[in-house]
Amino acid sequence: MATEFLRQEFLRIEKLVKTFGGNQVVKGVDLAFDKGEFVSLLGPSGCGKTTILRMIAGFERPDSGRILVEGKDISGLAPNQRKIGMVFQAYALFPNMNVADNIGFGLKIAGMPKPQREARVEEMLKLIGLSGYGKRYPFELSGGQQQRVALARALAPSPRMLLLDEPLSALDAKIRVSLREQIRQIQRELGITTVFVTHDQEEALSISDRIVVLNTGNVEQFGQPFEIYNRPQTRFVATFVGTLNTLNATVADAGQKTVTLGGTTVTIPALPASARNGEAVALTMRPEAVSLANGAARDIVLDGKVAEVSFLGSVIRLKVDLGDNAVNLDTFNDPRTPPPEHGAPVRVGIASSDVLVLDK
Amino acid sequence: MKSGRLWSWIIFALGAAYFLLPLLATFEFSLRIRREGYTFDAYTSVFSDGRFQASFSYSLIVGICAIVVGLLIVVPAAYYVRLRAPHLRPIIEFITLLPLIIPAIILVFGYIRMYNTSSPLPLLGTNLGTDILLTLAYVALALPYMYRAVDTGLRTIDVQTLTEAANILGANQATIIAQVIFPNIIVAVLSGAFLTLAIVIGEFTIASLLNRQVFGVYMQNIGANRAFEPAALAVISFVITWGAMGMIQLLARFAPKTARRD
Ligand SMILES: Nc1ncnc2c1ncn2[C@@H]1O[C@H](COP(=O)(O)OP(=O)(O)OP(=O)(O)O)[C@@H](O)[C@H]1O
Ligand SMILES: [Mg+2]
Repeated sequence: MATEFLRQEFLRIEKLVKTFGGNQVVKGVDLAFDKGEFVSLLGPSGCGKTTILRMIAGFERPDSGRILVEGKDISGLAPNQRKIGMVFQAYALFPNMNVADNIGFGLKIAGMPKPQREARVEEMLKLIGLSGYGKRYPFELSGGQQQRVALARALAPSPRMLLLDEPLSALDAKIRVSLREQIRQIQRELGITTVFVTHDQEEALSISDRIVVLNTGNVEQFGQPFEIYNRPQTRFVATFVGTLNTLNATVADAGQKTVTLGGTTVTIPALPASARNGEAVALTMRPEAVSLANGAARDIVLDGKVAEVSFLGSVIRLKVDLGDNAVNLDTFNDPRTPPPEHGAPVRVGIASSDVLVLDK
Repeated sequence: MKSGRLWSWIIFALGAAYFLLPLLATFEFSLRIRREGYTFDAYTSVFSDGRFQASFSYSLIVGICAIVVGLLIVVPAAYYVRLRAPHLRPIIEFITLLPLIIPAIILVFGYIRMYNTSSPLPLLGTNLGTDILLTLAYVALALPYMYRAVDTGLRTIDVQTLTEAANILGANQATIIAQVIFPNIIVAVLSGAFLTLAIVIGEFTIASLLNRQVFGVYMQNIGANRAFEPAALAVISFVITWGAMGMIQLLARFAPKTARRD
C-alpha cells in the first residue's frame, strides 16, 4: 500500500476476555486499528461482536485484557469520560427532545454556549442532509432519518472514535444501502476511526477498510475485504463470507501437488505439504473462479449438466451437476444471449490457481 | 350479538348506579340546608370557614412535599432496579406493598415510639419535626402507587439504551435521570403524584394521632358536629379527587411528544 508509511495505530485491544455467567463470549481477542480506519466486526449472531464494542465504549468491564487508545489504557474511564461516539441499532433518540436538542445534547453536557451549539447543530444537520428538520420530534421521522440524527448526535461533540452496532439492521433494504454509503462518506470526510458491527457480510465487504471476522469469541481473520474474500484463512471465513464451492478429489501425488478430480489429474498449487497420496481432499473456490469453459486459461475442465438457473439481474448464477460433485458459478447477463437451459450439457473451467484447500 | 350488547349496557347501568346514586343522594342532601329549598349555603359555610382553608392548604402543602420526597426516592430507585438490579425487583415490589399490608395505625404507633421526646431523634418534640414525620408517613403510604406508576412509565421506554446513549455523550447518572429519564415518564410520574395527593387529602388516622390539623381531621370534626356541611365536604373532596384524575388524563393527551409512531 502506498499509504503504508502514514499508518498510525489508534486503537489497540490486547488479550481481551469477557465471561457471562460461566460462558466465555470473548476469548482473548487481540486487534490493532489505525487512525481514520473504518473497521467492521463481522460474525454470526452471538459471536461476541456487541460485547467487544460495549467493552470499547465502557458499558461492559473486561475480565482481563486491555483497551488502549493512542497508547493510553482507557479501562479506568467511565463511558462518559471516553470521548467516544456511539450509534445504536434501536436509534435511541431521546423521545422528549426534538432533533436539534438531540444533536446538541452532548454539546450541552460539555458546556458549549448556546450560539456555538446552535451553529454546530446546523452544521451537523447539513452533514446528514436534514437541514430544516431541527424542530421535528423523533417520532415524526422515518427510521432512516432517525438513524441519521443518531449519527449526527454521536458526531456532534467531535468524538475521537465512532462505534456503530448494527445501525442499519432495522431499516429496509434500499435505505440500508444508501445509508451505509452515506455513513462511509461522512466517515471519510471527518477521518474518524470507526468500528462498525454487522452480521451482514455484503455490508462489511462493501464499506470497510478492514474486516475482523469473529467466530465464537475468537478472531478468525483480520484483513482487507479483498483478502478476506479471496484468501480466507480458515474454513469458517471461507464459508461465512460469500458462497463457496467444494469439490471432492483424491490426492494423486502429494510431491507433485496433483489430485484426481472427475477422472482427470490436475495440479493444485495450494495443496498443503502435509497431504498424503490417496487421501480425500476438498477443493474450494468462489463461484466467480468457475466459468463456462469456452475459452482457454482454465486448466481444470469438467463436463456436466445445468441443474439450476438463478437470474440475479446483472449476474446469472448456475448450478452445474458434475456427477459426483456440483458447482455454483456466475456468468454475466448478456442481453443478447439467453441463459443456458435446465439440463443442457455444459463444460466448466476452473483456474487451478484460484483453488483453495482448507483444513477441515 | 344484540342481546350481548344489551346485557353489557344493563351491567354498566347497574355499576354506574351503584357508584353514582350515593353520590347524587349526598349532593342532593348537601343542598337542603334551608327549609325553603335547594341552596349552596352549606358550601358557602364550608368555604368561608377559616379552619377549612387552613386545614386544606396544610394538607395540600404536606401532599406536595410528600410527592417531591417520594419522587426523589422512587424515581432513582425504580430506575436503578430496572437498569442494574432486575433480580431485586420482586423484593422491591414487596417492600413497596408493605404500606398496604400494615395498617396506618401500626405505622403511626411505631413513629410515636421511635421519635418521641425521650428518643434519640425526638422529631415529635417540635412542630416542624412532626410536620416532617407526617410528610414521611405519607411518602410511605403513597409508595405502592408511586412505585407502580413510575415503574409502568419506565416500562414504556428503553431505559438501558437511552441511558447508554446519554452516558456515552458525556452525561452522568444524575443528568441522565433528570434530563432523559424523568421527562419521558412525566405522565406516569404525574399520575403517581395525583394519586398521592388524593390519598393525602383524605387521610385521617396518622394525622389525627400525630395531632395535625389536616383536611381529613377537619372533615371528621365537622362530620361529628354538623349535618349538611359534611355532605358538602364529601362532594368537594370527590370533585378534588376526580379533578386530579381528570388532570392525569388531560396531561396524558398533552404529552404526545413522547409518543411512538407505531
Ligand atoms: N449481559 C449479558 N448477560 C449474559 N449473557 C450475555 C450478555 N450479553 C451478551 N451475552 C451473551 O454473550 C454472547 C455474545 O453476545 P453478543 O451480544 O456480543 O453477540 P453478537 O455477536 O453481538 O450477536 P448479535 O449479532 O446477535 O447481536 C451471547 O451468547 C449472549 O447471549
Ligand atoms: Mg450484537
